[in-house]
Amino acid sequence: MGNSFKIGKIDMPLVLCYLFLIFVGWINIFASVYSEEHSSIFDMSQRYGMQFIWILTALVIAGAILFALSHKIYSVLAPPIYVAVCLLLFAVIFLGKEVNGSRSWFEIGPVSFQPAEISKISTSLFLAYIMSKYSFRLGRMRDAVSVAVAILLPMALIVMEKETGSALVYCGFIFLLYREGLSGWFILYGLMSILLFVVTLAVSPLAAIIILFLLHAIINGIYTGRLMRHLLLALPVAALLWFLPSLHTLINLEYLNGIKPEYIAVAIILAFAIFCMYKLRGKRGRHMKLLFLSLASSIALVFSVEFIFQEILQPHQRARIENLLGITEDLKGAGYNVHQSKIAIGSGGMWGKGFLDGTQTKFNFVPEQSTDFIFCTVGEEWGFAGSVAVIAVYLFLITRLIVLSERQKDNFTRIYGYCVACCFFMHVFINIGMTMGLVPVIGIPLPLLSYGGSSLWSFTVLLFIFIRLDMERWKY
Amino acid sequence: MEKKNILIAGVLAVGLILILQLFNLQILKDEYKINAENNAYKYVTRYPVRGLILDRNGNILVGNKNTYDIMVTPIEVRDFDTLDFCTIFNLNPLDVREKFKEYKRYRRRIGYQSLTFLKQVSGIQYSIFIEKAWKFPGFSAVSRTSRNYPFAAGANLFGYVTEVDADFIKKNPEYRSGDYVGASGLEKSYEDVLKGEKGYNILLRDVHNRIHSSFEDGAYDKDAVPGKDIVSTIDGYLQQYGEELMQNKVGSVVAIEPSTGEILALISSPGINIEQLATINKHYKEIVNDPYKPMFNRAVMSAYPPGSVFKLVNGLIGLQEGVITPETRYSCNMGYTYGNRKLGCHAHPSPTDLTQSIMMSCNAYYCHTFKAILENRKYPTIGDAFNNWREMVMSFGFGRKLGSDFPSELGGTLPTTSTYDKIHGKNRWRANTVISLSIGQGEIGATPLHLANLAATIANRGYYYIPHLVKDSPDTTISPRFKERNYTMVDTSHFHKVIQGMYQAVNSGPGAGGTARLARVDGLEICGKTGTAQNPHGKDNAVFICFAPRENPKIAIAAYIENAGFGGTWAAPIASLMVEKYLNGEISRKDLEKRMKETSLIQNVPVKRRR
Repeated sequence: MGNSFKIGKIDMPLVLCYLFLIFVGWINIFASVYSEEHSSIFDMSQRYGMQFIWILTALVIAGAILFALSHKIYSVLAPPIYVAVCLLLFAVIFLGKEVNGSRSWFEIGPVSFQPAEISKISTSLFLAYIMSKYSFRLGRMRDAVSVAVAILLPMALIVMEKETGSALVYCGFIFLLYREGLSGWFILYGLMSILLFVVTLAVSPLAAIIILFLLHAIINGIYTGRLMRHLLLALPVAALLWFLPSLHTLINLEYLNGIKPEYIAVAIILAFAIFCMYKLRGKRGRHMKLLFLSLASSIALVFSVEFIFQEILQPHQRARIENLLGITEDLKGAGYNVHQSKIAIGSGGMWGKGFLDGTQTKFNFVPEQSTDFIFCTVGEEWGFAGSVAVIAVYLFLITRLIVLSERQKDNFTRIYGYCVACCFFMHVFINIGMTMGLVPVIGIPLPLLSYGGSSLWSFTVLLFIFIRLDMERWKY
Repeated sequence: MEKKNILIAGVLAVGLILILQLFNLQILKDEYKINAENNAYKYVTRYPVRGLILDRNGNILVGNKNTYDIMVTPIEVRDFDTLDFCTIFNLNPLDVREKFKEYKRYRRRIGYQSLTFLKQVSGIQYSIFIEKAWKFPGFSAVSRTSRNYPFAAGANLFGYVTEVDADFIKKNPEYRSGDYVGASGLEKSYEDVLKGEKGYNILLRDVHNRIHSSFEDGAYDKDAVPGKDIVSTIDGYLQQYGEELMQNKVGSVVAIEPSTGEILALISSPGINIEQLATINKHYKEIVNDPYKPMFNRAVMSAYPPGSVFKLVNGLIGLQEGVITPETRYSCNMGYTYGNRKLGCHAHPSPTDLTQSIMMSCNAYYCHTFKAILENRKYPTIGDAFNNWREMVMSFGFGRKLGSDFPSELGGTLPTTSTYDKIHGKNRWRANTVISLSIGQGEIGATPLHLANLAATIANRGYYYIPHLVKDSPDTTISPRFKERNYTMVDTSHFHKVIQGMYQAVNSGPGAGGTARLARVDGLEICGKTGTAQNPHGKDNAVFICFAPRENPKIAIAAYIENAGFGGTWAAPIASLMVEKYLNGEISRKDLEKRMKETSLIQNVPVKRRR
C-alpha cells in the first residue's frame, strides 16, 4: 500500500480545519505576547517561538499517525493505555508539581505535561472499545455501569487533582451516550438541573420550585396529550405560589412563623403530584413514577443548592459563579479576567483593530491570554468578522466529525468519532463562552488555538487517530 | 439517524448563542470600546504656565509659583493608612472616607480615570508625600502652577483663577476637568491670552497600570505652550498705595491717564484679600459671607449718585446750550426755592458766577442752570429738552457701559422721560420736579469709573479714550477702540471755563470758600471738584474728582467713599495723595497721609447681615 494511495482517502476538510486553526492560534499567540524587543515570530525565547516548535512536532505526530502507525493498534491498545493513563492521573496527585493550587502536571526535566490531556484520548479509545463490543447493550445494567465507570474514574481522579474544569469536559460524553441509545430525557434533566441551580442562586429557591413545577406540568401535559388542561390548572397554582411570601406576611399567622414559603410550596406541589398519581393510578405507571422521581430529586437539588454551593465548591469557583450570575460584582477580583476579556473582545468592533494593534491584549490586560483567553486576541484584533470565522470553523469541524462518524460501518470508529466531537464541543463552548461571560471561568484551553504543547499534541492525536480510522471505512 | 440531526442542531444552536453574544459585545455595546481606551492609553496632561500680568513699568503684578495637585486613580487604590495620609495633608479622615464612598458609587463612570484629589498642596507637603508615596498606591502628584502676587494689591482687579466646574465645561467644551480658568477680573477678560495651550504625553500602560512605554516614542506628544504675558496699564505702586489709603473704608478709587485712557489704579474697598486670592476656593465661603461683599467690584459695578461733581456736566451743557455764560450769576440764599419747597445749600458768598459756583459748589446755581436747560425755548416740550440733555450727558459716558476691557462693568443709571412719565404721569413733570438731577442726585447713578472718565474728559478738554487696563505689548495688541478719541457733545472751547473753577476749588486761598483745599499740593496744580452725595442709608457719601497738572494732565482720579461725610474732607485728600504719589513719587503731607490711612469709616456703612 503506497502512501499516494492513502492520501486520497484522508478527509481533507478536517485536515484543512486543523491547519487553519493551528495557524490562527500561532499568530494570535504571537500577537498576544508580542513586544518590540522580540519581534521575530520564530524567537524561541518567546511563547510563539515555542508554539512553532509544538506545531512542527504536532505535525510530525499527525504524520506518524496517518502514515506510520497501523489503524489496528488502537482497538487493541485501548484498555492498557486507559489503565496506564489512569495510573498516571493517580500518580500525579502525589508526584505532580503544584501549579495554582492544583497538582496535575508532571515535570520531567525541562518537559512538563498534564496526564489529564492524554486522558481524553485514552478515555475516548476505551469507551469506543467497550461500547463497540458485539454484545454491548447500553440498556443492560452491567454495560451501563462499565460505561459509567470508564467515564467517572478519570473524571474523579482529575477532580482530585483539583482540575475541576478539565473534569467537566467528561460531562460531554453524555452526548455520545445519547447517540448510542440513552434517553434524551437525561440531557433534558441535566439541563433542567443547571437551570434550577442558576435560578435558585440568582433568584430564589421559591422561583426554582415554581419553574420546576411548571416544567413538570408541561411535560406531563405533553405526555398525556392534555397540555391545555395542565396549563390551566398549573398556572394559577404557580401564580399563587409566587405570591406566597406576601400572603405569608399578610396573613401573619402565628403558627406559620418560622416556616419558609418554600416548604409550603413544596407541600402544595407534592400534594398536587400525589393527587395526579392517584387519579391516573394504573395508567402509564412507569412514566408517572419517573416523573415523580424527577420532581422529587429536583426538589432535593433545589434544597441542596445552598449546601453544594457553600460547602462543596471551592471559594474561587463560588466567586466565579456568583460573578457570572451577577450576584456579586467584583471587577478586580473574581470578575477581573472576564471583565477585561469582555472589554478586549468588545473593543474589537466589526472588523477588529488589526494584527498586532490590539491594545488590550498586547499589554496584558487579560491574564492567561495566550492560553485560556486566547480568544480575546482574536476578538480584539480580528473583530466580529474574524471571531465568527473562527467559531464557524469549529462548528464545521464538530459537525463534520459527527457526519463522518455516522458514515462509519465500524462501531469503534463511530463511537470514537463521537467522543472526539464531544471533547471539541465541550472545550470550544466552555472556553469561548467563558471569555464572553456566558460560562463561569473554567480553565480549559481552546483546542488547537491556545498556547501549550500538551494541549496541542493531545488534540492533534485525538483528531488524527479519527482521521486515520476514517481512512479505513473504504475497506468494508 | 434522527439523533445525529438533533445533535448537529444542538451544536449549531450553541454556536449561534456564542455568535449572538459576540454580536452583543462587539457591535451593540459601546461601553467596552470606551473602557478599552481608558484602559490602555494614559494621557498625561502637561499644563501650561499661565501668562504673567505686568504693570505699566514692567513690574510683575501677577506671577506664578509651583504647587502640586494630588491625583487619585480610584481603581488602583488599595487599602492604605488613611490616618497617615490625612496627617500629611491636614485632612479629616471622615472626609477622605466620604470621598472614597463617592468614588465607589461612580466607579463605572470613573473607570480608569485619574481625578484631582487635593488641589494646591504646598511644596513641603508634597515632599513629605513623595517620600511616602509607595504607601499610597493610586495616588500621585502633578506639578501645577498657581498664582502669586508680588504687590499686595489688586485682588479684585486681577481676579482669580479657578478650576473649571461641570457647568463651565458644558458651556465651554474646549476645557476639561482639571483645567484652570480665569473667573473674574483681568484673568477672565484676558483668559485667551493668558491661558496658553495644554500639551500631553501619551503613554501606554499595561494591566498593572505600569507605564509600559511612551506611545510611538512620543511622536504624538505635545508640549504645553506657556500663556502669553500681558502688560497692564496699572501702576503697581499706585494701586498698592491707593489700597492702603482705602483700607477700612468702603468705596472706590479709579485713576486714569487722560492722554491715553489707561487706567492707572482701580481700587474697590473692601476687596478680596490678596493673600486669599490664589487659594480662593478655600476661603470662598468666608468671602461670600462677608457683609461688605469684597467680591463686588464697586469701581465698575456700583451705581452711586455722583453728587456735586455732576454739576460740572450740567455747567458744561449749560454753556454749550447757551443758557449760561461764564459771567452768568445766580444768587443763592442758602438754597434754591421752588414752589413751597427748597433745595438747601451751605453758607457761601452770593451771588456766584460759574467759576465760583464750582469752587464753592453752589447748589442754587445749578438748579437755575438745569432749569434753564430744560426750559430752553429751543425745544418745543420739556421732554425734548430733557432728551437733548440726556444725550449730552451720555456723550460723557454716563448711563451706559463705557466698554472697558474689564469684565462685569456696569452702565450705571440715567433716567429717561418715560422714567418720569411713570413716576409723575405724562406731562405732569417740569424742571423743578426733577431738579435734584442738577446736583447729581435723584434717579442718576454713576460708577466710579464713569466719574474718573469725567475727570479725564475734562482734563483732555472735551474727549476721552475708553478706559482700559491692558497696553499694547509684544504679545498682545489691544482693540483699536481704545485708541479713538471720544468727543463729548460739548464744544472743547467750553472746558477751560469749568477747569478754572476746579482749579479754584483746590487752590483758592483760605477763606475764599474753595471746597477742596485739603487736596492742594504745591506745584501740582490739581484741579478738582468735590461732591457730597446723599445716601439714604446713613451718612453722606464723599466724592471727589480731580486731575493734575492743569496743563497736560498726567492723571485723572475719582474717589468715592461711602458714608464718609464731606467730599472735601475724605475723598479729596485721598485722591490728592494719590496724585502726589503718582506725580512726585513721595508724599509731603505725612500727617494727612497718616490720618487717611488710619481712619476707619467702615463702621458708618450699614450692612445687612446674613442670617
